[in-house]
Amino acid sequence: MLYLALRQVLNLILSFFVLTIFTFSLAKAFPDGVSFIVDYVPVDIYSGDSLLHDSQLNSSQINNFRLNESEQNENIFISYFHYLSQILTGHFGYSTVRGTSVFSEFFIYFPATLELSFGAIIFALGLGLPLGIFAAQNKNKWQDKLIVSTSLAGSSIPIFWWAMLLVLFFSLLLGITPVASRIGFEYDIIPVTGFMLIDTLLSKQPYSIDAFFSAIHHLILPAIVLGTIPLTAITRTTRSSMIRVLSEDYIRSAKTRGISVAQVIWKYALRNAMIPIITVLSLQISVLIAGSLLTETIFSWPGAGKWLLEAVNRRDFPVIHGGILAIASVIILSHLALDFASMLVDPKWRQR
Amino acid sequence: MASQSQFYHQTRIPSTYARWWKHFYENKLAFIALVIFVSMCLVAIFANFIAPYDPTLSFTDAIHKPPSWYDAGDTQFLLGTDYIGRDIFSRLVFGARLSLSLAGAVVLLSASAGIFLGVVSAFANSWIDALIMRVMDFILALPSLLLAVVIVAVIGRGLPNAIYAVAIVLIPHFVLATRTAIKHEILKEYVTAMRLDGASKTRLFYHCILPNILPPIIIQLTLAFSTAILEIASLGFLGLGAQAPHPEWGTILSESHNDILFASWTVTLPGLAIFFTLLSINLVGDGLRDAMDLEKNK
Repeated sequence: MLYLALRQVLNLILSFFVLTIFTFSLAKAFPDGVSFIVDYVPVDIYSGDSLLHDSQLNSSQINNFRLNESEQNENIFISYFHYLSQILTGHFGYSTVRGTSVFSEFFIYFPATLELSFGAIIFALGLGLPLGIFAAQNKNKWQDKLIVSTSLAGSSIPIFWWAMLLVLFFSLLLGITPVASRIGFEYDIIPVTGFMLIDTLLSKQPYSIDAFFSAIHHLILPAIVLGTIPLTAITRTTRSSMIRVLSEDYIRSAKTRGISVAQVIWKYALRNAMIPIITVLSLQISVLIAGSLLTETIFSWPGAGKWLLEAVNRRDFPVIHGGILAIASVIILSHLALDFASMLVDPKWRQR
Repeated sequence: MASQSQFYHQTRIPSTYARWWKHFYENKLAFIALVIFVSMCLVAIFANFIAPYDPTLSFTDAIHKPPSWYDAGDTQFLLGTDYIGRDIFSRLVFGARLSLSLAGAVVLLSASAGIFLGVVSAFANSWIDALIMRVMDFILALPSLLLAVVIVAVIGRGLPNAIYAVAIVLIPHFVLATRTAIKHEILKEYVTAMRLDGASKTRLFYHCILPNILPPIIIQLTLAFSTAILEIASLGFLGLGAQAPHPEWGTILSESHNDILFASWTVTLPGLAIFFTLLSINLVGDGLRDAMDLEKNK
C-alpha cells in the first residue's frame, strides 16, 4: 500500500516534470520567449516604475527582464531551471492585457469552472448510476435497449449544439432557465471563495438565500450540458460493470439469504461495480475541462475555459501559458486523487 | 465416380475480410449507419452537382428565409437561408465536403505518425519505448480540445493549423493501439516460430504481425475520424478553426449562434448534420468492433 502510494507520488512528480518541459517549450515557441513570461513585470510606460504596488519582486528582478536578449545568450538548461524555480514559487507571469498576476487570476476564474464541473458530475452520477443499474437489472429488455441506444446517441452529440438546443427549448421557448451568467444581475455578491453557491450563503446581504437559489437556477442548464457526455459514459460503464457483478456467486448467495433487492444492489453489488466507474470518472476529467471551454463560451460562464479562450483571442501569452500549466496540474492532481480513491474502494489494491 | 466427386468437393473457407463483412452485414443498425455514412461521402464528393447555389453566395432579398416546410418558406431555398441570405442547404452540402475531407486529412496525418511511433516503440529498446510512452501519456492526460486550442494559439488560427493541431492531439491513440496490439501479438507462438526461422524485424512486422493487428487499428481509424470531425467543428465553433466564409459546420453554428431566438433553423440544421455524421461513424465503428470480436472469439 505504502509502496504503491509512493509510486503514485513519484509518477506525479514525473508527470509534472514532463508538463513543465512542455510548457517551457511552449513558452519558447511564443513570439516573446520564456523570459517574457516568468520575468516580465508590468511597468508604467511613462515613469518606468513597477505597476505592482504589492510586488514582492525587487528592482533588480525588474531589470533582469530584457526581451529575448537574455534568452539567446543563456544556456537552455540554465534557462529551464530558472523557469522551473519561477514556476514552483508561483510566478506565472502577468497578463499583458490587464497587468494582473496570472497565478492569482487563475484562482479567481477556476472556482467557477470547478463549480460547473461539480454540477456536471453530480448530474452525471445522479442520473447515470440509477440508469445504468436499472438497465443492468432489465438486461436485454426494451428498457435496457432504450437506455443503451440513447446513451450511444448521446455520446455523439456535439455539446455546443446540444447547449444551443437546450437553451432554445428551456430558456427561449419555455422560459424556465436563464440563458447565461452565474447569478441574477440584481444580486451583489462579494467573492470570497469564488464558488458562487458558497459565497451567496456566506454573504451578509438580506437576500443571500434568494441569491443562493438564483445561483443554482443559473447552474442547472450549463451543468446538464457539460454533464451529458460523462452521463453517457457513466451509464454504459455502470451497466456493463453491474451486469458482470450481478452474475457473481456472492450476489446469488446474498439473494438466497432473503436480503431485499435494493440492499443487494446498493450495498453488495455497487461497491464492487464502482471500480471501473471510478476509472471512467478519472477519464471524464479531461472531457469536463475540454467541454468547459465550449460550455463556458455559450453560457458566458466566467470560468477558466472562457478566460483561456479570451487570452487566445487577445494573444495574451502569459495567460495562455499559465492557464494551461495550471489546468494541466489540476488534472494530474485529480487523476492522483482518483487513483487513491480506487485504492480505497478496491481491497485487492490494498493487499499488494 | 462418387468418391472422385467427393474428393473435389471441398468446403470453401471465405477470407477474413469476407467473414468480417458477413458479421457486419448481419448487424442491421451498423449497416444502416454505413449506408448513411457512404451517402454522406457521396454528397461530399459530388457537392458541386448537388448544391443548388454557391455556398458563399448571398441573396440579399431573402435574408433569414425559413426552410421550405414553414409557411413563410420557399422551395427555392430548401433548408432556408442564414443571416446574410446564403442558402443553408448548399452550405451544409459543401460543409460535408469540407468537414469530411479535413477529417480525412487529420486521420491520415495522425495515423501515419501514430502507427509509425507505435511500431517504433513496440520494437525499439525499452529506453526509447519509455520516452515515447511518457510523452503520449502526457498528451492523453491533457484535454484534447484544450491542447488543440493551445497549439492553434502558438502556430496561429486558420484551417491548416487546425488540422495540424487536431492531428497532434489524435496521435497518442494510434500509438497506444498499435503498441498494445503488437506487444500482445509478439508473444504468440507463430511469431516466435518465424523469428526462429531467422526473419528480420521488418519482415517479421510486415508479413507476420501487421495482418494480425489490423482490427484494433481499423477501429481506431473510425474512432479517430469521428473525433476529428468533432474537434474540427469545435475549433471552428470557437473561431479558431475554419474562418467565417468557409462553410465548415462548426463555423456555421458559431455564425448563427446569435440568431437562435428568431431563426432557430440556422442552428438546428447544421447541428443535425454533425450529429448524424458522428452517430453513423460511431455506429459503424461499433459494428466493426463487434464483427471483429465475433471473428476472434470463434
